[in-house]
Amino acid sequence: MNYEAVIGLEVHVQVKTRSKIFTRVAAGYGHEPNTLTDPVVLALPGTLPVMNKAALDAIIKAGLLLGCDIAPVCKWDRKNYFYPDSPKNYQISQYDQPICLGGAVEIELPGSARNVMGEHKKIPLTRIHLEEDVGKLNHGTSDSLVDYNRAGTPLMEIVSDPAMHTADEAYAYLTSLRATMIYGGISDCDMEKGQLRCDANISIRPVGETKLGVKVELKNLNSISFVRDGIAHEIKRQIAVLERGGIIVQETRDYDGMTGTSQSLRSKEMAHDYRYFPDPDLMPVKVDDAWKQRLAAECPELPFDKQRRFIADYQLPYTLTSVLVWDRALADYFEEAAKLSGKPQAAGNWIVNDLLRELGNVGRGLSPTSSDAVSGVKPDLQTCRIRPAHIAALVKLVDSGAVLTNAAKEIFVEMFATGETPEVIADRKGLKAAPTDSNELEQWCRDSIAANAKALAEFKAGKDSAINAFKGPVMKAAKGKANPKLVDETLRRLLATG
Amino acid sequence: MSSDLIFQPIAQLAVALDAKKISSVELTRAVIARTRAVDTRVRAFNSFDEADALAQAAASDARRAAGQARGPLDGIPIGLKDVIAVDGQPLTASSKMLANFVSPYDATVTTKLKNAGAVLWGRLNLDEFAMGSSTENSANGPTSNPWDLTRVPGGSSGGSAAALAAGEAIATLGSDTGGSIRQPAAFCGVVGLKPTYGLVSRYGLIAFASSLDQIGPFARTVEDAAIVLGAIAGHDERDSTSFKTDIPDYRAELAARRGPWKLGIPKEYFGEGLDPEIGAAVEQAIAFYKKQGCEIREVSLPHTRYCLDTYYVIATAEASSNLARYDGIRYGHRSKHATDIVDLYFQSRAEGFGAEVKRRIILGTYVLSSGYYDAYYLRAQKVRTLIRQDFLNAFREVDALLTPTSPMPAFKIGEKADPLALYLCDIYTIGVNLAGLPGISVPCGFTQSGLPIGAQIIGQPFQESSLLAIARAYEQAHEWNTRHPIL
Repeated sequence: MNYEAVIGLEVHVQVKTRSKIFTRVAAGYGHEPNTLTDPVVLALPGTLPVMNKAALDAIIKAGLLLGCDIAPVCKWDRKNYFYPDSPKNYQISQYDQPICLGGAVEIELPGSARNVMGEHKKIPLTRIHLEEDVGKLNHGTSDSLVDYNRAGTPLMEIVSDPAMHTADEAYAYLTSLRATMIYGGISDCDMEKGQLRCDANISIRPVGETKLGVKVELKNLNSISFVRDGIAHEIKRQIAVLERGGIIVQETRDYDGMTGTSQSLRSKEMAHDYRYFPDPDLMPVKVDDAWKQRLAAECPELPFDKQRRFIADYQLPYTLTSVLVWDRALADYFEEAAKLSGKPQAAGNWIVNDLLRELGNVGRGLSPTSSDAVSGVKPDLQTCRIRPAHIAALVKLVDSGAVLTNAAKEIFVEMFATGETPEVIADRKGLKAAPTDSNELEQWCRDSIAANAKALAEFKAGKDSAINAFKGPVMKAAKGKANPKLVDETLRRLLATG
Repeated sequence: MSSDLIFQPIAQLAVALDAKKISSVELTRAVIARTRAVDTRVRAFNSFDEADALAQAAASDARRAAGQARGPLDGIPIGLKDVIAVDGQPLTASSKMLANFVSPYDATVTTKLKNAGAVLWGRLNLDEFAMGSSTENSANGPTSNPWDLTRVPGGSSGGSAAALAAGEAIATLGSDTGGSIRQPAAFCGVVGLKPTYGLVSRYGLIAFASSLDQIGPFARTVEDAAIVLGAIAGHDERDSTSFKTDIPDYRAELAARRGPWKLGIPKEYFGEGLDPEIGAAVEQAIAFYKKQGCEIREVSLPHTRYCLDTYYVIATAEASSNLARYDGIRYGHRSKHATDIVDLYFQSRAEGFGAEVKRRIILGTYVLSSGYYDAYYLRAQKVRTLIRQDFLNAFREVDALLTPTSPMPAFKIGEKADPLALYLCDIYTIGVNLAGLPGISVPCGFTQSGLPIGAQIIGQPFQESSLLAIARAYEQAHEWNTRHPIL
């Protein structure tokens, strides 16, 4: 029998705010245990939460970027359960009125080849809500220690519809969502720091069946590759169970990315009754149109929209855009260079091929369809000495023929090291094409035409490329330093008149 | 000298302090001496720190000597219910759960009292986590009523009421969730004010039921209550439920506001179960206002009979969640007999909480459970809206309502063993909390056996100035507060 998988993802994204969501103490990662705490974080007797407006701004912005409906009121609920990482033994969250409803994440599936754009889809979202993160347990041999530094960090839960069917779709969903969050300045989404965490709900059903199968929740998918591998593994596992004549039980499973195996954590019977109720310590917050409009004005163009625009407006090939658009700073850098140079593709080539190589990133895709998307080190454009104006100046030098391609490559490396303008480097290193005496050049050209009757005949017969046969001897006579553009022009003039 | 000082109202003591006729150290010593003399019998205090109080008093005297006195509370010893956090002092909620807990921070009201120069004096007993109406549910044992040591002082702020009545403080703070300030004030013959929900910050108040809790003063006079309220009221950015409103000079308003007022008498508050002596005393208070030219009008609060049920759903639901944090993990009582993490929760909470607290946690957990939420919690919130609407409807006709504070005077310690019988003590006070209104209990007589009686005046939201003025008019024409218990 053929089976179809149905996948829904629950993604937790830490919101990048200076302070925690319900108190003024700083939020952060990598600090000494229990230093980012205060009486509120530790839930000391008598403490009260006060909402950090920046966290609400961030989730509204996320919702606007993903096309969600924004609720007119932000309401808070308590989710009650006992666990040592939760200082109050309830989590402040949003239950029946999430701040964002609906919306979608646009994804791109792998194309038929690296230079071919893949199919685009929109994965619908169910909801996004805001809550507080919990602390972290560190288990020793005889005891467990709790670090509350993470507790109270604002956390968004982004829930997709069960609308994906392959591990590749889930992978594409996560990479696109991650890029959107980074673009919007909402989170850095560093999975190693737990800033983005993903659980997957997976079920299978015979192809053609419309009813959903029994779902299994897969946890601890702590890299984007593990998400893909874990889902692929779980789909295989479920098919194998059914083919053996077994049944799928509703449960939560823990995926181990290192070994590629999973094991059951708990079954449905052990599910909590969270006893949600509205938090009486927090007043509902009205979100009016002016608030939404202010945040909408801060929303950037998203990567796929930018990609479509780069292709339409700059006539860039897909491969260039798929590198340029996934890093907002890189895309902005490109656009500035493109505008200053007036030659978008040349500027794009310099950036993608040479600048990223120099930044230690050659070939590392930042594209969501590239397998290295997550591990790829972001080029540090901030500190890079080559500014867009340098790229534009170099493009112009090459375009005018003043600098030959090989020389330009040398100039680029030097420019990366020193930050000098290409003109300065070309002059200093004698890399400019020779400012040829026009009489001398004209003589060399005449000599070359006269020496090659065959090519002359071919050119006259309409074979344009025959002109190249005359250029070699001219360049040789010029010891390689003639301006190729000038050589071409001179030859054409002589051929036309002669 | 001492006994003169300890029963004087703040207003008089402040004049004496400013005139340098007495010092704060002298006043504080008098309070300490009195506490030492009587508290082994009254047992109003969970703990006190004499050296700390005297140091605060000396600092106050130094300010006054330098001409930098901060107002009428500067140098006045004020006791705090042991649910209000004071940096460096124990904070126990009269529970074994927090027996060894010392607060590392100040409640907002604590900060405000410190800023006003008050001498913070002692941690006052209560029903564990403010759950009760008699101060019998305390891990430290019951507090006695200074008027009759075999009787309860009321609760849950029984320690705050008893300490003030016994002269062990000049004023005290309590908290009121269903009558926990007004009822003990009535039982102990002092003034007790529960402000409008949101007027006083709850930051640093150990939560019982967040949507009902409110801190307020116990004082010898209405004027003193106005002085303390002025010091502790006001918006606090640490409490999202605190209201942004201008705080008037309550004391000045007392002089400015003179009746006559329109007073409503809710007929539901004078029915079955009301002690006849209390009924008669309140009738006399009504007669007084009538004589003063006030218009007296009978009003109806038809949903009154649902108050108790509504309260015990909402308050316990919130409490079950609020008290979840007491788990022995980060602080508080931790069982030595636990075998694993789940067992640690069970054992620590089983050992740390008393019976009434457990009863309410279980009830609250039940009403929030999956499948019961709509029938209990959601329904109770709807009824709560109707109860509030009753009051607001009445306030279209009248300025304030006048009722008994409690259906009965102080009862014997151990007399009400049935929790439900005890819950009935609060039938006249609970509606005010559900509706978020201000209410004050003022002494309005004594029973034949010498137990104090309180009358409750209920005001409109944030109209504390009117409420205090109405209460003050009665107080000025009567001398109930000049009597003191003999200990």
